[in-house]
Amino acid sequence: MFSVVNLSLGRITQSFIELKRENRRGFIPFITAGDPDLVTTRRLIVELARAGATLIELGVPFSDPMADGPVIQRASERALRNGFGVAEVLQTVAEARKETEVPIILFSYFNPLLQFGIEKLARQSRSAGIDGVLVTDLAPEEATEFAKALRTQDLDMIFLVAPTSTDERLKMVAERASGFIYAVSRAGVTGAREEMSGAAEKLVGRVRMFSQLPIAVGFGISRPEHVADVWRYADAAVVGSAIVGEIEKLQHSSDLVAMIGQFAQRLLAGGSHVQAREAT
Amino acid sequence: MAPLEELTAAYEAVRADENFQKELNRLSRDYAGRPTPLFFAQRLTEHAGGARIYLKREDLLHTGAHKINNTLGQVLLARRMGKPRIIAETGAGQHGVAAATVCALFGLECVVYMGSEDMRRQSLNVFRMQLLGAEVREVDAGSRTLKDAINEALRDWVTNVADTYYLLGSALGPHPYPLMVRDFQSVIGRETREQILLKEKHLPECLIACVGGGSNSIGMFHPFLGDESVRMIGVEAGGAGSELGQHAARFNSNGGGRLGVLQGTMSYVLQDEHGQIAATHSISAGLDYPSIGPEHAFLHDTRRVEYTSVSDQEALDAFQTLSKLEGIIPALESAHAVAHALKVAREMKSDEVLVINLSGRGDKDVDTVRESLKT
Repeated sequence: MFSVVNLSLGRITQSFIELKRENRRGFIPFITAGDPDLVTTRRLIVELARAGATLIELGVPFSDPMADGPVIQRASERALRNGFGVAEVLQTVAEARKETEVPIILFSYFNPLLQFGIEKLARQSRSAGIDGVLVTDLAPEEATEFAKALRTQDLDMIFLVAPTSTDERLKMVAERASGFIYAVSRAGVTGAREEMSGAAEKLVGRVRMFSQLPIAVGFGISRPEHVADVWRYADAAVVGSAIVGEIEKLQHSSDLVAMIGQFAQRLLAGGSHVQAREAT
Repeated sequence: MAPLEELTAAYEAVRADENFQKELNRLSRDYAGRPTPLFFAQRLTEHAGGARIYLKREDLLHTGAHKINNTLGQVLLARRMGKPRIIAETGAGQHGVAAATVCALFGLECVVYMGSEDMRRQSLNVFRMQLLGAEVREVDAGSRTLKDAINEALRDWVTNVADTYYLLGSALGPHPYPLMVRDFQSVIGRETREQILLKEKHLPECLIACVGGGSNSIGMFHPFLGDESVRMIGVEAGGAGSELGQHAARFNSNGGGRLGVLQGTMSYVLQDEHGQIAATHSISAGLDYPSIGPEHAFLHDTRRVEYTSVSDQEALDAFQTLSKLEGIIPALESAHAVAHALKVAREMKSDEVLVINLSGRGDKDVDTVRESLKT
């Protein structure tokens, strides 16, 4: 059951080490837990891992997702209709863990986690098999207690940086982050875009001046070409709204899980394909 | 974080700037109509049968409420920062109107976000904003009220930060907003302090104000915080009942209020057991918000200010009482303060003084009141 996992390094760190060793880049899908329901979420985690996900971001639905665009807002609304809490999200991860070792991070606004209890969250995340947490609205300077609680349970704290982040902020994040750093590709909220701007590449360059951690780029990535482009300069590409948008389209389909798996594979494979082509 | 840091630095700079303060004072005086009167309400005093009741007449300000104290200050700041585009959120529409008003004054582009639910019940204010040249954008997500309008304004801001200033309407949200709004609204309390000392020769025993986001109340209370003899009471919306969703009393722990984080602030928030933010209700849209300014949370916890609530019905009764006894039609929000003030005044001595912050006038509410009186 423990296979080749080095227990002294977290699953996240291990995954990025493997990628580096094989000269590959990472693909990180984001899904909202409970969209359309938790049973589907469990199956999606397993399917996305099978399709080649390096790591899975699992969003905790929130009534006021101020950093999200309409696609992920609607996903939260759908999920919240099921009436579950953080406990059930963790349970879903524990179930998925029976079938996969893929690294999983919780992606959440602070309030649901605060109400659940920070110490409790860290303990139960560890036992459920969560590897890290990213809190959208918790600035690093306010995350001291939280980061400490996570560290006690060997969980990685993932931070966001943006093109508008000052050098001081990048330095602050570099000092506190573990696992990987999430670089937001542009000013704004989540949502698929037609083009990727040059701001992401500049940001990654700036982050590298302060940190050796792997860097994943997200927001707006919706096509294989985008993935390939991000792979030129970053360690991984995060795809959120594009996948969540597909889930929305397929929400009543009995083939949802298989089709999302195929969608993910196309992004991954297309990315590799374009990358390989550009390398020749 | 970057836009907040930029804003904080810009605000620190103007706080110390005499010219900025001079310009703000000039506009407050010549455009908005400050200072507002402090009026001794003889008939209301007799009706309550206790303390001498004074009304601080923020209802007489241009646009009919205290909101303009804040929009004048923030728009001047936005101009300092060179931002040509102003965005704002609004619940009842008063802040939206005050924002649109000052943008028209300076020829700035103005976009106001408003929940579909609120647009429906305050359609007069929607039209008013449009007449003033603002674009009103409907927010159809979540509960379609104020908190959702704030979410959408925040989304716009982070996307358009280079040319856009977010004009937040109350003493909440991320730093430096609670501080800035309190500073701009403190003119209310400063004037009141001077005026009451002239009229009564001593400080008031009690100050009462309604509390939605908390701007009119913190504006009245703040200059008196160091005066230990002055009792302060904030009145929240008790709505139609005490179950979560029926009111907007954030300090009512039985009704679902406890510490939480919403929209960049940690304060008391109405929420369910999972930390999902609750719907709220009040007959007055301006008090209808699930969180409260963080300074109020602090003043509550340190017991400097007492917080209580008054029901929709009590507010409606006070609305009519003030109209008939003093010839002043108050905003339904302010009527909450009047309702509680009558109870408190009754228990006080006749040489003691109670000041009510009359945060706005009630023309905007006559249709709502008429409907309520029918049922």
